[in-house]
Amino acid sequence: MVGAGTDADVAIIGAGVVGCAMARRFALEGARVAVIEAAPDILSGASKANSAILHTGFDAPPGSLELACMQDGYREYMEIRGAMNLPVLETGAMVAAWTAEEEARLPALLAQAHGNGVGDARIVTGAEALEREPQIAPSVRAALLVPREHLVDPWSAPLAYATQAKMLGARFLFNAPLSAARREGGIWHLQAGDTALTAASVVNCAGNQGDRIEALLLGRSRFEIRPRKGQFVVFDKASAALLRTILLPVPTERTKGVVLTRTIFGNLLVGPTAEEQEDRERPEVTRPELETLIAHAGRLVPGLAEMPVTAVYAGLRPASDRKEYRVHAEPEQGYFCAGGIRSTGLTAALGIARHVFGLWQGAGHAAAPPADPPVPVMPNLAEHLPRDWQAPGHDGIVCHCEMVTAREIRAALDSPLPPGDFGGLRRRTRCAMGRCQGFNCLARLSSMADDRLSRPIAAEAGA
Amino acid sequence: MSGQIWDVAIIGGGPAGLGAAAELRRLGVARVVVLERFETAGGIPRHCGHPPFGLREFRRVLTGPAYAARLVEAAEAAGAEIRTRTSVTAIRPGGILELATTDGPQELRARRILLATGNRETTRAQSLVPGMRPVGVMNTAALQSFLYEEGRAPFARPVVIGSELVALSALLSCRRHGIRPAAMVETRPRVQTRRAFGLLPRLFGVPLHCGAEILGIEGRGRVSGVRLRLADGTEHRIGCDGVIFSGRFTPEAALARASGLALDAGTQGPRIDAEGRSSDPLVFVAGNVLHPVETAGYCWDEGRRMARRIAADLAGSLAAEAPRPALAPGPGLRYVVPQALVPGRAVTLNLRAEGRVRGRLVLAGPEGREYAAASVNAAPETPLRLDVPALADLPAELHLRLDREG
Repeated sequence: MVGAGTDADVAIIGAGVVGCAMARRFALEGARVAVIEAAPDILSGASKANSAILHTGFDAPPGSLELACMQDGYREYMEIRGAMNLPVLETGAMVAAWTAEEEARLPALLAQAHGNGVGDARIVTGAEALEREPQIAPSVRAALLVPREHLVDPWSAPLAYATQAKMLGARFLFNAPLSAARREGGIWHLQAGDTALTAASVVNCAGNQGDRIEALLLGRSRFEIRPRKGQFVVFDKASAALLRTILLPVPTERTKGVVLTRTIFGNLLVGPTAEEQEDRERPEVTRPELETLIAHAGRLVPGLAEMPVTAVYAGLRPASDRKEYRVHAEPEQGYFCAGGIRSTGLTAALGIARHVFGLWQGAGHAAAPPADPPVPVMPNLAEHLPRDWQAPGHDGIVCHCEMVTAREIRAALDSPLPPGDFGGLRRRTRCAMGRCQGFNCLARLSSMADDRLSRPIAAEAGA
Repeated sequence: MSGQIWDVAIIGGGPAGLGAAAELRRLGVARVVVLERFETAGGIPRHCGHPPFGLREFRRVLTGPAYAARLVEAAEAAGAEIRTRTSVTAIRPGGILELATTDGPQELRARRILLATGNRETTRAQSLVPGMRPVGVMNTAALQSFLYEEGRAPFARPVVIGSELVALSALLSCRRHGIRPAAMVETRPRVQTRRAFGLLPRLFGVPLHCGAEILGIEGRGRVSGVRLRLADGTEHRIGCDGVIFSGRFTPEAALARASGLALDAGTQGPRIDAEGRSSDPLVFVAGNVLHPVETAGYCWDEGRRMARRIAADLAGSLAAEAPRPALAPGPGLRYVVPQALVPGRAVTLNLRAEGRVRGRLVLAGPEGREYAAASVNAAPETPLRLDVPALADLPAELHLRLDREG
């Protein structure tokens, strides 16, 4: 038996979307899993800020691991989402061309999509694009329509993965940054926050810290993280009526560009920017970039000019010194790495987890999958599906902008993987995510949740 | 759904809605219901734990919560029904309201509707304030809800952004609860209240920075500081564990917007005519959803005035809804309420100008004819009033103009 005498067969470092999917895959396969996370909650780094699109991979590099993982991840998400109650909002996407130069690039994009197996992608005329989306600027010349690009709940999905891992016995350590590691007698000895633990293998899912974690474990790193900041603006829910289809720009070499899309929560989102920065821990919002995003959105959908802003946010994507995913293994070291997973990680995570599990198995490890694994049923937060406030007995609405009930807040606090901080509570329930940003509900939320959060909303008395 | 049809359904149980409810009942309107989404009616004064409230309404000085309770009592004593924990999710044409209740979704029908959903302070996000997004950033209302409703302090040493009256309310609330603000920051060149109030921060020993730009909020997890560029161009960092974004009120118009009522670009709230009607003639509007921001007493009185218009409409004595000449606010004027006049209806226009105002306010028609005028001399963020007499014949176009002096 692998890892006899260790605390875990596999220690997964980082509880972002990739780490959560990884924990689920290894737990489903019967491995004893420990997840080590520096922050108080899952999804606290790169995974908390993305555009929440389930990608087909139509524009991914042909033949790449990224493409394979995206398409694997897409397929698995569609397979498991029914049982887990994970939503999909079927929107389709249009890569819209606004200039002759952009229009000229559409046929190559179409060929790439078809080559990537996305056979239902097709080019539509400007008139067709406008018929589909009457509110977009009439200067649209043509578009590549990708019918199966859809929207998901970017937080409930990874929470479901992590919850299933937890139900299967995975151990989650929060506020536990990896500070020391040594390998002795084929066993990793790890110091994670206050906890010392041993594991036969480690899987590096550390996102923006991926290269540093690799260096800490192996003494050197095969890659270098170069964080890329993405800022987003969320418009009021009233604006969601202005657009159904995800609106993508014709991509450039460096970035997929600024997306305009509804969210599954009933808002409209524009972003991300793509800003290189050195700092890995400061995703700051900046006024000129936010204003540029708002102006850009108003040019694409003129009706947005009158819409209020609900929220702004920024995240750091773990780009690396190369375009591709940095997935590799050093089997004799018991080391596996899923690094440099950028904006496609939400879609690809389930596929990446399968791929890395395959590497682990290929290194001679084995585990016995449990029969009939438990499946968590997630609370629905998607606007187009029934919400908790529509069912009697919810004990009142706490957050009126996002219609979050007292019952939902309590359920999140009592769940198998409860939130560690206010951000975690927001991502699990949508509380205080709406237009008033807590004007009405923040104090009540603090009273309901603070004694359950490792990082409470109210500062501790005398602090 | 019960088969009952209400005479008037009032959306929002703050001073405007409760004032209207009591007045409608006093005028003999039989079935009046107030729909309040929170557990207690009373509106924003519920969590303003300090005086002065109630001078106009009850001729005594009350704290906010005591005042809110009096308003609720008065409406109930008059025979209005107040339904708390009831959110209106949509206003449909024909006087149909979709509700969210603790028993699930319901519908309610009324012959007339009064929208009185109030307003709220602009959030940090809406103001595109740069920096990190840590815990500890909130509006004054959230702070006061912490202090007066939940009985706890969210931080010990915050920075207060803004200098409208509500910022002084934030200072007072902090002081009463042992919270020591580290500074007060106004991004505009000077304090937005009368000079006497402007002395308050100094009196409390709170440094005041006017004309400062917020360069960034700092802190991962919790707020740790605010970086400023001061009026003299120097950069300055203030250590703090919270940030209060005060004032810059904006109407709580989400329901109006979602229900397709016409909104005004100046107020961001619903447009009304001089009778108080929105673009849906069954829907009247009162209180701070019309105009950011008036005192509770003003909103209460406005609710009562709208109640009289609604009662008249139910009695069939209101002029039929018809296209009205829109009032266009000229340069330097941010908004005017109501946005349209009605023939034969005298009305006091509620206006606000940019910055400090000294000069003459004029309502002019074609060929420069003046229909109303008044001298004004007011601090920034002070509401302006202009009395317009009943005019039998209204020109197709009316302009509001501010002739500044000095």
